[in-house]
Amino acid sequence: MGILTELKSSISRAASTLFSAEDPKRIGIYGPPNAGKTTLANRIARDWTEHGDAVGPESEIPHETRRARRKENVEIERNGKTVDIDIVDTPGVTTKVDYTEFLEHDMEEDDAVRRSREATEGVAEAMHWLREDVDGVIYVLDSATDPFTQVNTMLIGIIESQDLPVLILANKIDLEESSVQRIRNAFPQHETVQVSALEGDNMDEVYDKIAEYFG
Amino acid sequence: MAEVKDPHDGVQIDLISGERLANQTSMEKIRMILDGVREGNIVILEEGLSPDEESRLIEVTMTEISPDEFNGIEIETYPRSEATDASFLDRLMGRESTKKLTVIGPANQIETLHKDETLIQTLVSRK
Ligand SMILES: Nc1nc2c(ncn2[C@@H]2O[C@H](COP(=O)(O)OP(=O)(O)O)[C@@H](O)[C@H]2O)c(=O)[nH]1
Ligand SMILES: [Mg+2]
Repeated sequence: MGILTELKSSISRAASTLFSAEDPKRIGIYGPPNAGKTTLANRIARDWTEHGDAVGPESEIPHETRRARRKENVEIERNGKTVDIDIVDTPGVTTKVDYTEFLEHDMEEDDAVRRSREATEGVAEAMHWLREDVDGVIYVLDSATDPFTQVNTMLIGIIESQDLPVLILANKIDLEESSVQRIRNAFPQHETVQVSALEGDNMDEVYDKIAEYFG
Repeated sequence: MAEVKDPHDGVQIDLISGERLANQTSMEKIRMILDGVREGNIVILEEGLSPDEESRLIEVTMTEISPDEFNGIEIETYPRSEATDASFLDRLMGRESTKKLTVIGPANQIETLHKDETLIQTLVSRK
């Protein structure tokens, strides 16, 4: 390639990154432990990335996710348009971690202590991401449990104070005890979309809303 | 005969006025809260913390948790339901989020029994 064409193409490359409206938005998946954040992140990655690799392991043991994990350049297609996002799966936010709770899940004391230390670091990191590094939030709740907790109220308040767009997902609608209305009542100021991340129910509406909120 | 009071017999409650908090930086507030809670006290803030301070309180709490010593905190505030109809100026000044009575205690000693818009009922046990 001649030096001039090379220069021209590198300038146009630079310009296209400078002016592209398609810079991926970084979307943090937040919520309490065990809400189904990782299950959702994995489903989004599986549906929209070529290799469909999982973002991380899902588990009924709380604090399986102890590091914020990012999946880059997830391109979601909606109505002929492409929405480019990076998804960040975060550890569930809590104000307390008691390592003896892990002992109930058949874990050795050493492992439980290490797991709780990693969990606390992970939550601290997730708070940091929320203040500095995300452009939008998907807040995942287990619709079979009471949404009206201090952590949820506090987290939604923190997200609102940062003026971040937030989409609330009422997950686990496949469970009999699920109540989406209870979540709508707890956070009437935000839109709530119901979903089963595990079974893939209503994911189409979730992708519509992701495109609408974060596109 | 009256018994001599031993501070270890009871639970200390620190009621902190809005005025006292207003003169402190965010980190001073968080330090004061966590120092109190780590000693086993219940800290009650007349006017609560801003969302940003709450976020930092969670972060600092996490860094201080250590097995068999400190399990973290329990925190209760009245819900921020009226935040949505706060005036534009209030939102601009971040005023909607303060002036909320806030109760903070050690996670292993405090249990919320009931909470609604007008009442927080908490069970506090001794260390
Ligand atoms: N029934 C049901 N279970 C779910 C659903 N989504 C996640 N789970 C289960 O909930 C548990 C916690 O899921 P995980 O994604 O690890 O939660 P996280 O802690 O929020 O990341 C796992 O056992 C999942 O299989 C759902 O939509 N329905
Ligand atoms: Mg997870």
